[in-house]
Amino acid sequence: MSEYVLEMKDVYKAFPGVVALNHVQLQLKPGTVHALMGENGAGKSTLMKCMFGIYTMDEGQIYIDGEKVEIHNPSEALEKGIAMVHQELQPIPARTIGENIYLGRYPLKKILGLFTVVDHNKMYEDAKRVLEEVRMDFDPRKKLGDLSVSQMQSVEIAKAVSANCRVLILDEPTSSLTQNEVEALFRIVDDLKKKGVAIVYISHKMDEILRISDEVTIMRDGQYIGTWDAKDLTTDFIITKMVGRELTNLYPPKENVPGEVVFEVEDFTSINPKSFRNISFNVRKGEILGVAGLVGAQRTELMEGIFGIRSITKGQLRYKGKPITVKQPKDAIDNGIAMLTEDRRGTGILGVLSVADNISIASLNQYVDHGIVLNTKKIEDLVKENQEKMSIKTPSSKTPIQSLSGGNQQKVLIGRWLANNPDVLILDEPTRGIDVGAKYEIYCIIADLAKQGKSIIMISSEMGELIGMSDRIMVMCDGRVTGFIDGKDATQENIMELATRFEA
Amino acid sequence: MTKVWNYFKANPIVIMLVIVSLIVGFTTNNFFSWANLGNLISNTAVRFIIALGVSGCLITKGTDLSAGRQVGLAACLAGILVQRADYSGRLYAHLPEMNMFVALIIVVIIGALLGAFNGAIISRLKVPPFITTLGTQTIVYGACLVLTDAQPIGGFQKNYTQLVTGRIGSVSGFHLPYLLFVALAMGLYFYFLYNKTRHGKYMYAIGGNEIAAEVSGVNTKKSIMLIYITAGIMYAFAGWLLAAKSGGASSSMGQGYELEAIAGCTIGGVSTTGGIGTVPGVLIGVLVFELLKIVLQFLGVNPYYNYIVQGVVIIVAVALDIRKNIKKK
Repeated sequence: MSEYVLEMKDVYKAFPGVVALNHVQLQLKPGTVHALMGENGAGKSTLMKCMFGIYTMDEGQIYIDGEKVEIHNPSEALEKGIAMVHQELQPIPARTIGENIYLGRYPLKKILGLFTVVDHNKMYEDAKRVLEEVRMDFDPRKKLGDLSVSQMQSVEIAKAVSANCRVLILDEPTSSLTQNEVEALFRIVDDLKKKGVAIVYISHKMDEILRISDEVTIMRDGQYIGTWDAKDLTTDFIITKMVGRELTNLYPPKENVPGEVVFEVEDFTSINPKSFRNISFNVRKGEILGVAGLVGAQRTELMEGIFGIRSITKGQLRYKGKPITVKQPKDAIDNGIAMLTEDRRGTGILGVLSVADNISIASLNQYVDHGIVLNTKKIEDLVKENQEKMSIKTPSSKTPIQSLSGGNQQKVLIGRWLANNPDVLILDEPTRGIDVGAKYEIYCIIADLAKQGKSIIMISSEMGELIGMSDRIMVMCDGRVTGFIDGKDATQENIMELATRFEA
Repeated sequence: MTKVWNYFKANPIVIMLVIVSLIVGFTTNNFFSWANLGNLISNTAVRFIIALGVSGCLITKGTDLSAGRQVGLAACLAGILVQRADYSGRLYAHLPEMNMFVALIIVVIIGALLGAFNGAIISRLKVPPFITTLGTQTIVYGACLVLTDAQPIGGFQKNYTQLVTGRIGSVSGFHLPYLLFVALAMGLYFYFLYNKTRHGKYMYAIGGNEIAAEVSGVNTKKSIMLIYITAGIMYAFAGWLLAAKSGGASSSMGQGYELEAIAGCTIGGVSTTGGIGTVPGVLIGVLVFELLKIVLQFLGVNPYYNYIVQGVVIIVAVALDIRKNIKKK
């Protein structure tokens, strides 16, 4: 018998252009809480998805009780006693709690010894029992959708318990919970620990980690950094290990000179009380304002609110001192604002359409002759101009954008916005999923735009990028702005300190 | 030449049909005849116009199940309006005899209104197009039954039927139906609309990625409205043509045409996943489908089997289309 209930060794996983996990290991002892920590993109979720069979490892082994096993899909993981509560829960709100718990493995019975049917009575009795195990006392026949987010999470945990799991993965379980709900969750975790379950706990919240975990494994850039006993650790030590890399990326020299205030946001508050609230900031002409924060800091939501994609309850935008109203993206565009969205595939590219169509879609009004006919030559000129300016590599202007590399897609999308000659550019994770060489080119484009006097708001989860590019950094935590740091004074530590300043 | 070869490689269904037609043509009499060609053209023309209407809905990931019934309603309405004053079986005897072009304008306005109804429900209320147009289909059919009292309509003005069934050349020898030119004009108009206007670009953008289009400042609601209105107008026009072509109209007219139009579009390369589709493609798709029907007829296949063959062809065409995309991933 091994002392570990589960061991992952030498795990290697690459996605096109990125090594997500570079020979990582993880060892879980039964009856312990094992915290897995690292910056956004460090590879924590990827590692868990490999364990749970959502991703297939390129290399590496998994051992359970010292025995080598293969896990190809989540149902195999469940059979082997591994359960996962996802960062974004994936329940079926329209069905009952009991049905959600026993989804895919309903208890069966035979009617007249002939027809196999679902044994609803047994299912609901069993469900009631496992709910009690996680200190939940409600009717399993209720619809799941009627529960709060934290109750749904408890149901997910009950589901894991009902599968007699030996390893439970909790991926950012407290990101949408109130303090009381967090306490309730911790009690459940304690109970499970006593039963000998090994719990993998992924969170950014230092105080939680130090409070409930027994061991901490830290990852950085897809690398395994080390595993420590939680009682020996301090917040400072963890932060240093999480961010303490040498910056190998180079950033272009900054020649922009921030001028007068161009764009102001006042008291911006989402209609969703858990999202951004009371946000005020401004951007100057020719300034790069970095926006830092952890997953769940609501940075993207804030920018989407500003751009008219999300609704707000209160708040005012000012452009050169004049109040402007933005109800839909078109209003923002008409007021000289552009937004490069975070999810390039989901909300950016028009995948099957050509490079020319993609680059011209936001500015078609400029290429119209006689009030109706699109001038193909003007569009071709636009493509050519951008191709030269940003060295976009594409076989032709007719190539579908989805066959270009991430970096070139991103350049096309930047070109799409520049065609409208905006004054304010919101760039949400402009270099996500782009290889290092292309990143530098994107940085040069951003630096050049600032030099031309454009105001840039850049969300990024890469510390190095924020520090290397920004004139000022706004740090958000849990829907609030927790501080501004001058670009010259910014360090990974002081950003991380503001980014983890959760409301007690 | 390589272009032609690549086209066939990408569209095996088309090449299969061309080969089958050639075999049928050389083994049966009268397949390669002016009469058969004229027949094929007239049948294709009306269905091509309907398919053009549906194509916009499909390209934006929508659909329009009300197309066929809208054609039927337009045919009946046009028929009622152009009945001769001296015709004994007039349905609405108190109506004055109406010029056929005035009738066309009236049916087109009604078609546009029906399209606007579909478009408004889909874009504003966000009811899925499949459900919306399923509802409209039934409503329109009901309206048509009320309007016609389920009676067949005949006794059209001579010039109306002559205009639509007219042709260049003689019946026995070389001839081309007027409908060919009508269909070509519509095809050119749609080609222009899809490739040379903002509306066309917005349509493809919505089909490619609706959220991205909206983020890029496209007024997606307006575009979708326009697409369904345009579609409604096309169905009305096709209905007006169909009544004249058939020399009569009835409430059952146009039944199932929406499915043929969707099938034609799909065979012609309009992607069910949105954002892809061309006017020449739609033409080829509809032509192939009509050709298939004629081939089956010449082969002497029991007409009841036609539906089975057509159904199989639709599924095979879409399966092949989707396989192309699976391979790319």
